[in-house]
Amino acid sequence: MKKFLLTTSAAALALAASAGYAAARDQIQIVGSSTVFPFTTAVAEKLGQSGKIKTPVVESTGTGGGMKLFCQGVGENTADFTNASRAIKDSELKTCKANGVTPVEIKVGFDGIVLANSKAGTVVDLTKEQVFKALAKNVAVDGKVVPNPYKNWSDVDASLPATKIEVLGPPPTSGTRDAFVELVMDAACQEEVKAANEKGCGEIREDGAFVEAGENDNLIVQKLEANPNAFGIFGFSFLDQNADKLQGHKVDGVEPTFENIASGDYGVSRSLYVYAKKEHVGVIPGMQEFIAEYTSEGAWGPDGYLADKGLIPLPDAERAKWAEDAKALKGMGS
Amino acid sequence: MTDAISSFGAVGRPVSIHTDDAAKARLKGRYRTETWFKWLGAGAVALAGLFLVLLLSTIVTQAIPALRQNYLTLPIDLSAAKVDPAKLDAVNYDAIAQEALTARFPDITSRQDKRLLRGLISTGTGVFLRKDIAADPGMLGGTVDYAVPLDDFADLYLKGLLADVGSDEAISTSVTPSKTSGDIDLTFGDDAMLALARGHGATEGENGMLTLTSGASSLLVVFNGGTVKLTALSPGPNGTAVAKGTVIEALDSTAPAASDQAFLRVIDTPEASRKISDKEIVWLDTLKSAGQIESRFNSIFFFTGASREPELAGVWGAVVGSFLTMIVTLAIAFPIGVSAAIYLEEFAPKNRLTTIIEVNINNLAAVPSIVFGLLGLAVFLNFFGMPRSAPVVGGMVLALMTLPIIIIASRASLRAVPPSIREAALGIGASKVQTVFHHVLPLAMPGIMTGTILGMAHALGETAPLLMIGMVAFIVDIPAGFTDPATILPVQIFMWADFPEAGFQQKTSAAILILLVFLVIMNAIAVILRRRFERRW
Repeated sequence: MKKFLLTTSAAALALAASAGYAAARDQIQIVGSSTVFPFTTAVAEKLGQSGKIKTPVVESTGTGGGMKLFCQGVGENTADFTNASRAIKDSELKTCKANGVTPVEIKVGFDGIVLANSKAGTVVDLTKEQVFKALAKNVAVDGKVVPNPYKNWSDVDASLPATKIEVLGPPPTSGTRDAFVELVMDAACQEEVKAANEKGCGEIREDGAFVEAGENDNLIVQKLEANPNAFGIFGFSFLDQNADKLQGHKVDGVEPTFENIASGDYGVSRSLYVYAKKEHVGVIPGMQEFIAEYTSEGAWGPDGYLADKGLIPLPDAERAKWAEDAKALKGMGS
Repeated sequence: MTDAISSFGAVGRPVSIHTDDAAKARLKGRYRTETWFKWLGAGAVALAGLFLVLLLSTIVTQAIPALRQNYLTLPIDLSAAKVDPAKLDAVNYDAIAQEALTARFPDITSRQDKRLLRGLISTGTGVFLRKDIAADPGMLGGTVDYAVPLDDFADLYLKGLLADVGSDEAISTSVTPSKTSGDIDLTFGDDAMLALARGHGATEGENGMLTLTSGASSLLVVFNGGTVKLTALSPGPNGTAVAKGTVIEALDSTAPAASDQAFLRVIDTPEASRKISDKEIVWLDTLKSAGQIESRFNSIFFFTGASREPELAGVWGAVVGSFLTMIVTLAIAFPIGVSAAIYLEEFAPKNRLTTIIEVNINNLAAVPSIVFGLLGLAVFLNFFGMPRSAPVVGGMVLALMTLPIIIIASRASLRAVPPSIREAALGIGASKVQTVFHHVLPLAMPGIMTGTILGMAHALGETAPLLMIGMVAFIVDIPAGFTDPATILPVQIFMWADFPEAGFQQKTSAAILILLVFLVIMNAIAVILRRRFERRW
């Protein structure tokens, strides 16, 4: 027994010691947005399959969390790429710069945010204004700002069905929520609400009509299936993959389809980005290969494998421009 | 019992405080409460059992399809013209496999259809082919029959999870096609087809015209060695029916098919609401009836790492990661935990300081696990600069979490060893250390082991503390050492549950099942150890 204790503790010590002398990193580390995660992982896997480099490790930390890790500094213990479901903020770029990090921005494609419900429910044609009225915390009624009084969709607009307003959506930590607020709530904000409170446009009601369903979009899909009257807010890729169970609603008269989002007709779409750390090129093996794979036609093109995963490609000219800039490692703010 | 009491009164015994009517009522009330409690208790157990059965049966039924995978056997041309034996790495194996598949359907010429057809086989085909050729160069030089895994949607369709397909029904009238390929007209001998189309969601138009849109069920007519998909129907002259259709698989001839020689296949799920098109279904059915598709044990699932493609995703990377992490946890938590328990129980003086330590160890056991993750991030990653996503760091974090559990369990089992053992050992001249290590510890060991295994099982199911140190990540390569990036089983389950592809749902359940098997095994070992070695005094 004594011997056993001794050997195990010796092993523990040896382990702790070996960790301190870890070899130089030979594998790309990627952090960031959970929306871009499905696409970046697909690229990482493809690259790993080719056998040229070790498969990059991709973590889903959220856009903000990813930026924090990415801008921490230069060196083996920091991430090489970060995924973002919005462009880098000025404050984040400043932090990056202060820590000696030069991000190389690559716009990889679009993502649509859809309002959908179960196939068993009815399809409706919504406007952004109606969505705002249904979901905002405070709305203007007869010129006065009051807590949202609407219970049914028909209260918002007579053309809508007389069912209870019940919307499942992402929590405030999610990039999807940020984009939804920016593209719908802010865009369709009522003047009175804006005048009363500068930030009031982005506030979503908390009286039970809007349910924060967590980051797991599959869970939203299952809940929508169980409740045909409920609407869900999530990324287009989930609608695309669950086309047998869900239907997307028109927003401002445009249906959320692949073509409409790609052409920019569908109003609720955002750009997705990947940021590379210029300082790590040539230090961490595979940086350039990863950029080249991501920006290849076979990946992000209209017929590429990322389109199969639900990424909506950029127009041809824009793709060519971003690919060129990425290849030249055009750093930001330099 | 109540009868006996009432008969007491009847035989004229003196009525006392224990036998009067109020007492009888009280007694009855007590029995009633007892019965109530028994039933409620049994009900609670039954309810808990019901939930368990419900949970397990859902997981098992969902997991079963993931245990098998459909493979398509194709004659693949590996002659020197295609594969240069000197440059095996430069060959596009995917293209070779795709060529074999398109050669199987020479009628398919349009670019779009070819793309659809190529999508039937997994995108990992080339990787498998390359690996198998490297392992067995004897395959080269000719055409070999090689089984490639099917894509997730094709696989799910064949497992019956993607569309409702009725059985083939014979058409009891003649069918005459106008052409053998392209958009054709079909003439049916009677108008029974019209009623059938109405029943399957066809849209009514002018002059009795019926249109079958992608929102209606798909009606496929199989005859003359081909398949035609009906798009519209209208009544023809003399009680016949004329249908417009698209040929999916070319017909042999334009000869009329006699009554009962043509078959109708109905796919109830409308094409618009499924992830697999009519064409793909027809091709798969053709391949299946030709015996080229077989369902095999899904070795990919058990023996490969993670993937973004459901048909290529496996748990092995996560199992190895879990194993490496658990080794580190055990190597740190067990010796330190047991030593701490021995010191506190056998050697430490009982004073205020040790009491504070004791209370704090108990408190530590109740700390939420995410806090240990934050500690790991701050200390191991940021201060010591250890690698992200590595099992060694994960193991250390989980060891911190498991330590209090092991210390508490070890102290309890040390305390359970009767003082007479210690007194006897000390009495015959053993030192304190000899007493503990030769006599007390061996007797306490079964209890310590049980506590350790339960603590480890607890650690095996944790994800929260690993979130902070980067082990919740997409990692394809199977970890080869303690510092390689790795993930663990519960994390793999969590990630699969979040992927949009339908194929991952079954994988998630199957991975849960594997995790449950490990947990049950660990708990069973704990039970066995306790049963076999526990001593009672």
